[in-house]
Amino acid sequence: MSEAAVVGLLVATVQFATLVYLAGLGELIAERSGVLNLGVEGMMAMGAVSGFMMALATDRPWIGFAFAALVGMAVAGVHALVSVVMGAGQVVSGLAITIGGLGFAAFIGQDAVRERADAVFTDLGIAGLADIRWVGPILFNQPPVVYLAGLLGIAAWFVLNRTRLGLALRAVGESASTTDSVGHSVTLLRSGAVLIGGAFAGAAGAFLSLYMAAGWTEGLIAGRGWIAVALVIFGAWRPGRLAAGSLLFGFTLALQPRVQTFDLSIFGFEINTISPALLGILPFLLTVVVLIAISFRARHRPSPAPAALTLPYRREER
Amino acid sequence: MSAPGDAAVSPGAGDGRVVVDLRGIRKEFPGVVACDGANLTVRAGTIHALLGENGAGKTSLVNVLGGVYLPDAGEIWVHGRQRQFHSPADAIAAGIGMVHQEFRLVPTLTVFENVVLGSAPRYLDMGQIIERVAHLAATYSLQTDPSRPVWQLSVGERQRVEILKALWRDADVLVLDEPTAVLTPAEAADLGLTLRSMADRGRSVVYISHKLDEVLSVCDEATVLRGGVTVARPRSLAGVDRSELAEMMVGEAATQIQRPAERPSGDIVLELAGVSALSDRGLPALHSVDIDVRAGEIVGVAGVSGNGQRELAEAIAGLRPTTAGTMLLAGVDITGASPRGRSRAGLAYVPEDRLGMGLAPAMSVVDNAVVRSYRSMRRRMMLDLRGCEDFCRRLVERFGVQVGRIHEPVSALSGGNLQRLLLGRELTGEPKMLVAAQPTRGLDVAGIAAIQEQIVAQRAAGVGVLLISEDLDELLALSDRLVVMYEGQVAALMDPTQVTRAEVGAAMAGSAATASGGNS
Repeated sequence: MSEAAVVGLLVATVQFATLVYLAGLGELIAERSGVLNLGVEGMMAMGAVSGFMMALATDRPWIGFAFAALVGMAVAGVHALVSVVMGAGQVVSGLAITIGGLGFAAFIGQDAVRERADAVFTDLGIAGLADIRWVGPILFNQPPVVYLAGLLGIAAWFVLNRTRLGLALRAVGESASTTDSVGHSVTLLRSGAVLIGGAFAGAAGAFLSLYMAAGWTEGLIAGRGWIAVALVIFGAWRPGRLAAGSLLFGFTLALQPRVQTFDLSIFGFEINTISPALLGILPFLLTVVVLIAISFRARHRPSPAPAALTLPYRREER
Repeated sequence: MSAPGDAAVSPGAGDGRVVVDLRGIRKEFPGVVACDGANLTVRAGTIHALLGENGAGKTSLVNVLGGVYLPDAGEIWVHGRQRQFHSPADAIAAGIGMVHQEFRLVPTLTVFENVVLGSAPRYLDMGQIIERVAHLAATYSLQTDPSRPVWQLSVGERQRVEILKALWRDADVLVLDEPTAVLTPAEAADLGLTLRSMADRGRSVVYISHKLDEVLSVCDEATVLRGGVTVARPRSLAGVDRSELAEMMVGEAATQIQRPAERPSGDIVLELAGVSALSDRGLPALHSVDIDVRAGEIVGVAGVSGNGQRELAEAIAGLRPTTAGTMLLAGVDITGASPRGRSRAGLAYVPEDRLGMGLAPAMSVVDNAVVRSYRSMRRRMMLDLRGCEDFCRRLVERFGVQVGRIHEPVSALSGGNLQRLLLGRELTGEPKMLVAAQPTRGLDVAGIAAIQEQIVAQRAAGVGVLLISEDLDELLALSDRLVVMYEGQVAALMDPTQVTRAEVGAAMAGSAATASGGNS
């Protein structure tokens, strides 16, 4: 196996990790507030197509990227309205957004298909560091969104764990009535978290269409939104573990299209005989393993899942 | 936090200045008038008892004060200003701190996070906040570790966190709804000291309780509610005795029901030999317990909460697997039997958790009444609905359950009526053995009397009764023999006619186990 192949694999790992991390971080914020949003896949598709078209129209990838975040937020607004404000089932609303979002994205993106955009993100190439062997291309010659995702992760950790807003957000995900009784607005907190989550998902979709694929086709998201949902569980609802999990999931995603070209044998086992389809289910398999581990541990301590996840809240009037 | 312009609460008050004045409060729920013309006047620097039977409207009244309910009529005055509370947050802002019966805490958050939630600084400087919370706790002698997660705490510690929450918000009126129902005697004593130190600093406490002795020892003044109406205005408790208070509550002197004196001589109906079981956390909770109960005998089980009583009741009912030992019910080995098998063998079980395990809250009175015996009310494949209704009506009448309609959900019933329904259901089908866990806890005086009468009637009918209770007076009055549990073991076997409260208390606290006059 050549050095170029290994570097290429790791460069792609970081990029796939960024993709699922951005979307997963948004989902994590929504879920910590107690709202499960299964519409990530649909919001990513909407972000991808709208971001791509906006970048085409304005010739600026950043404008497309920001617009994608806004569109993701708008789509998430539907989820917030239905499941938070009106208190309907989160699962049904989320699934509707995924199915509807994928369809609507395909519809509005008909003219954009196969259009090659010039206005895509380019690699940042940090001076002096990008040329270092191995480390340079993997860490210091990536598109700006990769670094932005890292900063957002740190910011999310800080807000969740070190601010009044984060405390209220974590509390509302555990017990809405408690949070209500101390004067925080459950509706505002949860809607806000869902909207932020939508913005992150939309941005992740744009990262796909404005860099990784540099174009839009129907089916572009290809289940990565679901991987982000699974990643939140795998990361035990914590930004730090989410980052570690996204590198692992990113690695399997990067390996998937490349594995059959790798000429490597480990203890006589030919790597290129691994089925890419099998690699595709690995993130979900790992998530199930984590769920089982959590349930074993939960006998002695509370589950890391927010206790009020999926539970709508209405103020009690006996 | 008190609004600007309000006079600061001066230390060493109790000067007659009125802090809270509720006037003519009316609150109606579908089908029930909880309060109608209820008044409450609380003065600065006092601990004010709010007394009344279950369903007298105490909780509804304080929920109006706490902003949980909007009153249908009446006025709320705080610090001489009329207020409208539209949410708990409004009440908090006016200086009213509530400690509900069900704690409003987030288990996964730490103590300090729970304390500051809702009124935290924008940036959480952990070290500084922990220090401030610890300092506040120390000021009012509330023992707690600010950085521990709440799920690791005992019930008593959780209550201290609730009080800290109110103090953090600088509440000058603290409302506690039956605070000692969940506490050990030692914790209750500590709570009394904390409340007194708050009153000494000029704050006020509204204290709801059924335990009259406790009210007399802790509180300065009392307001008595009956049927949603204030029947006794605030009066000093100095020189008032227990029976006088009870009389104010029920309108007549409450008398303790007493079992007949003659000794039971029936055969053994329940025999536990070397029974052991684990707690929910997988730790040993029962160690080799031997208890036997004769027909027509009441065996009381005393103990500080958490010494294996709940596990004992669940093990007998078949809800908790045993790790060792055997259980015989009327000579039949039921050690491995299912709960239904035990029920068929003649066991009736009144669980501690009435509305969770005993009854299904959202189901109707009828459905709850028949869940134990619906199999005998079949008509081919279907339930005989009319038969179920008749059965339910007979049960309701026989046990004096006050219900509006028998098709309404049981969650609309008051605690006393829930327990009458539950006990009635368990006693149909003429059981040989009754296991009752905390059957009178949290009930009003009339409810307690009704339940105790039923238990004594079962004894007279030759049923063996295992009565698990935290009310020592109840145990001493009703039991033929008394088992004291300590750390999962039978610490002492006592004859209630031969022992004093103090002796039982010492055994409950784990001092040298001595069997005085017990016979087995």
